[in-house]
Amino acid sequence: MSISQNSRRQFITQTAATASALAFPLIAGAQPKTVKVGVLHPVTGALAYSGQQCREGALMAIEDINKAGGIKSLGGAKIEALLGDAQSSPQAGSAEIEKMNEAGVCAVVGAFASAICLATTQAAAKYNLPHIVDVGVADQIVERGLKNTFRFGPGYRKCAEVAVANLHVLNTAAGKPAKTVMIIHEESLFGTGTANLLARELPGYGYEVKEIIKHANPTRDFNNIVLRMKAINPDIVIPANYYNEYALLVRTMQQQKVTPKAIFSVLGGAASSYKFVKEFPDAANGIIDCNHWFNPKDKRSLELKKRAEAKGLFFSYELFMTYTSMRLLADAIDHAKSTDRAAIIDALNKSTFSDHIMPYGPTKFVNGQNQGAQPLMTQVYKNDIKVIIPRDYREIDPLFPLKA
Amino acid sequence: MIDLGIVFSSVLNGLTTGAVYALIALGLTLIYGVLHIINFAHGASLMLALYAVYVLKQHWGIDPYLALPLVVPGMFALGYALQRLIINRASHGKDENILLVTLGLSIVMENAALLFFKSDTRTIDTAYTLTTIAIGPAMIALPKLVAFAGALLVSGALLLIVGKTDLGRAIRAVAREKQGAKLMGINVDHVYAMSFGIGLSCLGAAACFLLPAYYVNPQVGSGFVLVAFTVVVLGGMGSFGGALVGGLLVGVVESLGGLFLGESLGQIGIFVIFIGVLLFRPQGLFGAKV
Repeated sequence: MSISQNSRRQFITQTAATASALAFPLIAGAQPKTVKVGVLHPVTGALAYSGQQCREGALMAIEDINKAGGIKSLGGAKIEALLGDAQSSPQAGSAEIEKMNEAGVCAVVGAFASAICLATTQAAAKYNLPHIVDVGVADQIVERGLKNTFRFGPGYRKCAEVAVANLHVLNTAAGKPAKTVMIIHEESLFGTGTANLLARELPGYGYEVKEIIKHANPTRDFNNIVLRMKAINPDIVIPANYYNEYALLVRTMQQQKVTPKAIFSVLGGAASSYKFVKEFPDAANGIIDCNHWFNPKDKRSLELKKRAEAKGLFFSYELFMTYTSMRLLADAIDHAKSTDRAAIIDALNKSTFSDHIMPYGPTKFVNGQNQGAQPLMTQVYKNDIKVIIPRDYREIDPLFPLKA
Repeated sequence: MIDLGIVFSSVLNGLTTGAVYALIALGLTLIYGVLHIINFAHGASLMLALYAVYVLKQHWGIDPYLALPLVVPGMFALGYALQRLIINRASHGKDENILLVTLGLSIVMENAALLFFKSDTRTIDTAYTLTTIAIGPAMIALPKLVAFAGALLVSGALLLIVGKTDLGRAIRAVAREKQGAKLMGINVDHVYAMSFGIGLSCLGAAACFLLPAYYVNPQVGSGFVLVAFTVVVLGGMGSFGGALVGGLLVGVVESLGGLFLGESLGQIGIFVIFIGVLLFRPQGLFGAKV
């Protein structure tokens, strides 16, 4: 009971703080009305780091939108964020949706993890409350016919297909040194779903999946898993998990001196993370990831990266995915010329939003999924993260296999 | 399929984890096995000790191992005060009351931690977190080896205290015959509180050894308390040697279970052994009666 009380208090104070922060510069003159938007993420619990990164991204977007004159079609109305904490659990996420609905938000952006998004989109659907999914890669999220749900980024099926096809391209170009694969995934919807997709795709390209190992969140000892890895000695290790476990897994591999031909992540929690590269440069070097990534050729993405870094933040996928999702929502509200929920849903369905830093092209939603959304392949190279595939966005040539 | 070197690594890994289980179980066996106080707040107390180590490291830069002289007496004081001021007063000497009081304490502690630290999982980073040492074919993380050695040392010290000192004799006397001990002039309340304090200071030591390779969140204790009760019963109620061997055994069984059956099923072996012991040797492996 005290958990929910605590979070309610937190919710109110945070909301009040944000509201006053946003309202402060507008003391003089007639104030245009504000547009209330729910920003819901797991900012405490096992997923706290990712959730906080998402929230920062949303707040940066709101700051930019308001600075640039707010929602123009509503007379420059400013966006006001109602912050929610999903506490890394689907139930807490749904409860926050109820509160946000009561508070009269016109839309919600969130909620990072697939399992949480699955619950929050459904809770929001009851109130026809538009819900933009910022990360949540499980395809079930957009496949249940919920009219209120829109996902800007790619789902895990798309990511797994792109990853396996590209692995094959890399392996073929290198003379097919890799034949066996081991998959290590976290136990919730995201990891299990991704692992199942990979296990289905890989044999078609002639790879043998030696073993699939599931682990809990949090797991703090990967020694047994890495010992099994040592015994199986796979050519390629594919992790699909969140930041903490990903980092610990790769560090344990380093401790136990396990060096596969490639660590090839699919939506790896730390694989294309500047935080991981900075904290554990040796462990990170050479890791390939198929993940959400910004268009490196777009100058604005580098500017945004600099701004995030100036705030002491890492420019992680959570941050720029939620940043872009919030801008997508603002664009839709602008086109809807209203804060009416049905009007916003209609505007999202017709959205051609293209003023963004992602390599997706103009937005086009079909059944809530942005059709142009695609992951990029990155590799950690000299303490930086560089795009290797596709060619249009390539910054460096891929290094595959890694030298032991 | 799995070669011996890997099994050896897994056993070593289990032994190092088991040493920490043993340390936690030693504190519990003193409180539960000897004094028959069922301390449901044991896990929550461990969690508090872990937070103490965390705060000392993050805010004052005190290395977890150097924090031992602060955390161990601190936990002792907490234990002494808890028993003297709360558990003893509220329970009126009835076991079922003690059960409820310690359960209540654990709820208060966990929610206080939630209030102050939120539900985030926190870790500390030390220079030696990633250091490994090769023992034959196995690579063992340095903090785990330190924890292993430290747990053995603390267990030795505890055995000495209980076996050789006046306090130890008093504890054993109170455990065997409370009325008689009182008649002999032993201050029973004081002895209870001292035992409780010593039990919690074991947790303080465990926390210092644990955190460099582990994490802390408000629920962290619950995972340990179940294992600790298992170890105490497995080793034999009130048997210190039993707690030590039981802890190591549980660690190894868990590790090998994880290796052969997968992470999710890893703990199954512990409970199979536990049920087996209850069926065939209910007094525990070392069944020493105090």
